[in-house]
Amino acid sequence: MSILEIISILFILGGVFFFFTATVGLIRMPDYYCRMQATGKGDTLGAFLCLMGLAIYNLDGGLSFGTVLVSTKIMFIAIFIFIANPTATHAITKAGFDCSVKPWTKKKEVQQ
Amino acid sequence: MISFFLWIGMSLGLLVLVCLYRAIQGPTIMDRIVSVSVIGTKTTVILLLIGFIYDRADMFIDISMGYAILNFIGTLAISKFFFSRKSIIPGSKHLKQGEASK
Repeated sequence: MSILEIISILFILGGVFFFFTATVGLIRMPDYYCRMQATGKGDTLGAFLCLMGLAIYNLDGGLSFGTVLVSTKIMFIAIFIFIANPTATHAITKAGFDCSVKPWTKKKEVQQ
Repeated sequence: MISFFLWIGMSLGLLVLVCLYRAIQGPTIMDRIVSVSVIGTKTTVILLLIGFIYDRADMFIDISMGYAILNFIGTLAISKFFFSRKSIIPGSKHLKQGEASK
């Protein structure tokens, strides 16, 4: 196993770990806004690490025109997700705030 | 290395199934939208893994890129639809900021 494969395996395992934390946050958090902050960060970093690992693994077969083109495209997807996913998270959170979704508080739960 | 990609794809599929619980059971509409957006991001990675498993990454990468862009555009369109509303529930009265409905 070459050193590029080991680096890509480390990247992909880190990405799956961040996907896992984002999913746990999506299931376990008590409120819509809390779920947004869990998924918006964990999902973005998980996708970025997974795609970077795949791009590094693709470069393992030698530096020809095809592999460099495919790796550049994968890195383009990674950078696009890194820009677009927080934008979508911000837009959907603003839409929920305008629709007056009530934030979760500990005090309200005690009163009920 | 192929079996490693297969295991990663299977674990990501399992996480998609867990996310689908929030999409079905979500208390508000916004939870469902967030869950669908998260599933779309995972699907982008899963498509690339399928491309590497079948050794046709140059073909599957364009599908993955299209999926990522469509996921972003779709989420923005739905949030734009909800910008003009005052409440999530359709047909309800005008509610002030912060004192509303579930």
